[in-house]
Amino acid sequence: MDILNAFVLLANFVIVPALAYGSQLALGALGVTLIYGILRFSNFAHGDTMAFGTMVTILVTWWFWSMGISAGPLPTALLALPFGIAATALLVLATDRAVYRFYRRVKAKPVIFVIASLGVMFILNGIVRFIIGPDDRNFTDGERFLVTAREFRHMTGLREGLAIKTTQALTVVIAILVVIALFWFLNRTRTGKSMRAYSDNEDLALLSGIDPERVVVITWVIAAGLATIAGVLYGLDKSFKPFTYFQLLLPIFAAAIVGGLGNPLGAIAGGYLVAFSEVAVTYAYRKFFKYLLPDWLEPQGLMQLLSTDYKFAVSFAILILVLLFRPTGLFRGKAV
Amino acid sequence: MSINVKNIFLFAAIFGLIAAVGIIQSWSVAFAILNLGLISALMSLGVNMQWGYAGLFNVGTMGFVALGGLATVLVAMPPVKEAWAAGGLRMMGALVVGALTILAGRLVWQRMAPGRKRGLALGAVLIVGFVVYRWLYVPAANAIESINPASTGYLGGLDLEVLIAWPVGGLLAAGAAWIVAKTALGLRSDYLAIATLGIAEIIVAVMKNEEWLDRGVKNVIGIPRPFVVPYEVEIQQQPWFLDMASGLGTDPVSLSSIWVKLLYAALFTVVLLVILWMAEMALKSPWGRMMRAIRDNEVAAEAMGKDVTARHLQIFVLGSAVIGIAGAMLTTLDGQLTPGTYNPLRFTFLIWVMVIVGGSGNNWGAILGGFLIWFLWVEVEALGPMLMEFFTFWLPDGNPVREHLMKSAAHMRLLTMGVILLLVLRFSPRGLIPEK
Repeated sequence: MDILNAFVLLANFVIVPALAYGSQLALGALGVTLIYGILRFSNFAHGDTMAFGTMVTILVTWWFWSMGISAGPLPTALLALPFGIAATALLVLATDRAVYRFYRRVKAKPVIFVIASLGVMFILNGIVRFIIGPDDRNFTDGERFLVTAREFRHMTGLREGLAIKTTQALTVVIAILVVIALFWFLNRTRTGKSMRAYSDNEDLALLSGIDPERVVVITWVIAAGLATIAGVLYGLDKSFKPFTYFQLLLPIFAAAIVGGLGNPLGAIAGGYLVAFSEVAVTYAYRKFFKYLLPDWLEPQGLMQLLSTDYKFAVSFAILILVLLFRPTGLFRGKAV
Repeated sequence: MSINVKNIFLFAAIFGLIAAVGIIQSWSVAFAILNLGLISALMSLGVNMQWGYAGLFNVGTMGFVALGGLATVLVAMPPVKEAWAAGGLRMMGALVVGALTILAGRLVWQRMAPGRKRGLALGAVLIVGFVVYRWLYVPAANAIESINPASTGYLGGLDLEVLIAWPVGGLLAAGAAWIVAKTALGLRSDYLAIATLGIAEIIVAVMKNEEWLDRGVKNVIGIPRPFVVPYEVEIQQQPWFLDMASGLGTDPVSLSSIWVKLLYAALFTVVLLVILWMAEMALKSPWGRMMRAIRDNEVAAEAMGKDVTARHLQIFVLGSAVIGIAGAMLTTLDGQLTPGTYNPLRFTFLIWVMVIVGGSGNNWGAILGGFLIWFLWVEVEALGPMLMEFFTFWLPDGNPVREHLMKSAAHMRLLTMGVILLLVLRFSPRGLIPEK
């Protein structure tokens, strides 16, 4: 019984939150890795693109609320999501036209692209704070829990409860659907294949008549969709604050690099790896060991490896380890 | 170093702008802008050494600035004797154990043959080291932080002259830079960028949370001033100063604050000029030529027998040290260390705008960019609400749109900086004072 309790405790505080967070990171890292694969630079504006998409979604959600539209037990934000994606797609296409296309034409060095993305990041940061302000925004509604801790205890008779928030379940389900759709698109459709061809070998792709500008446009649209979905899911699960989205950049990059930049499968694995390490390292295991160990061995301290303030250190440590021992990432990305 | 008419004009223009602030707003504001402009110029000089000389992309400036700030506390604050007695030695022991663990892990990894045995040994070393470290660290930190937490609760510093903290800040930053560069250099340029972004976040997180070290978000206030800079109250009692004030026809109180700022400005100018002179000399020397050769064509330089990664490491550490010195100067000027105020937009990305706008690869350009962008950063904040006031004058007071716009005007400067960066990068990528 104690073993079961310990497992439920772990599931409640580590496995379920890390699954949700990992799905959000994976979607974010997929966007970064796609941009890297096709446009060949690390997009520092990705975090703020997520913030922008989430902001539009929040605004539309508020508008729906004022009209009395809701999605029943699901968050209204899901109805607003397509609007957010559309607006973000328009935005990134506009930035591509105004900023990146010029550097593509002059074949600038990748680092120039990165600096340009820094400028875009500044602008998006300013726009988002200008429109919605720098404060925390909560836009979750609908049923809060799929299973509450009390229901779970009642059902199983265990001492520990397992609570699953609707947003956590939604995050995982949506992430799986999005990933299936993306891989189907990349592997089965003609456009997706042309994207992969372009990513593998630009010159060969050009010779076989692939239109590079079309590939670029589609990549941006997909990246915008992924960024908005990741941002909205993160915002639903936690809350929306522009600065937090900027800070997500580090775990997202860590996830993309761990998996191998440019490799979509790697980005997903990297997202879960970073999320699980982050949550597992910052969780206080005291109660967990209390269930498993005999009384006389009961731990004194919190049994926490790192305080939660250092969660960024976890992504950073993973990043450094990968750079030291396997710079191409676990799944052999394209970059060295 | 091309002292031509255009460059003299540009520098004259920016100092003219600052003087205009002095005449229109107040001299106190003008000298405040000048002082932070000098510090910003030094930071952008450091970034320019990395980017302009070697093409290295450092987005962790904030971390190196913060380390410089930490140095002022560690050097200049008086030690807290009770805290040292309560847990000082134990804490030092913990730090030594932590460092030894990493060294031992490294030794195991290098000396043992690859295989399962090596993995197990490495794991054992790390776990044992970590447990011992925590066993020493946790009680020590608690003991130190419980000593009079409202005013101290930390170990304090060495009670030395704060000017010593400036080179020490440079050394701390150089050490952190060495660790980052050692892992990330030699790989793609993007990796260095992401690694520096990460180390900066971690340095600031440590400074915010390790209260035994620097009181964390409770801030350290009252850092002593350099011995050459007196306090306003002291100076107001000096007869020669009162004579000067009456001679100038101003009241001694406001003159004393300007006097202090002026002294700081003189100190900062000396540091800036010395470092600028060294940077210019280095750039002209064979070493500087080699650096630029490496930047322009790494493959060719490598074929000529230059060790590209080692040179990159060198310049990265040097540039970060300059940024660290600037960070120590900044904290000295403020007289307090507030880890909560280090944010990447202000201390990393703004510095980048300075370098790009000023002219990457040219030290004078970087300095000009530092002054100019700092000036805009301060003045746009004041201009934003004024512009909003102007554009929304037709809306009645209390109109929600107007209220919102007025409140958000402060964020306009992020947008302005982004637009400036993109415009300069696109239409004048060599900056205001281009490299020769």
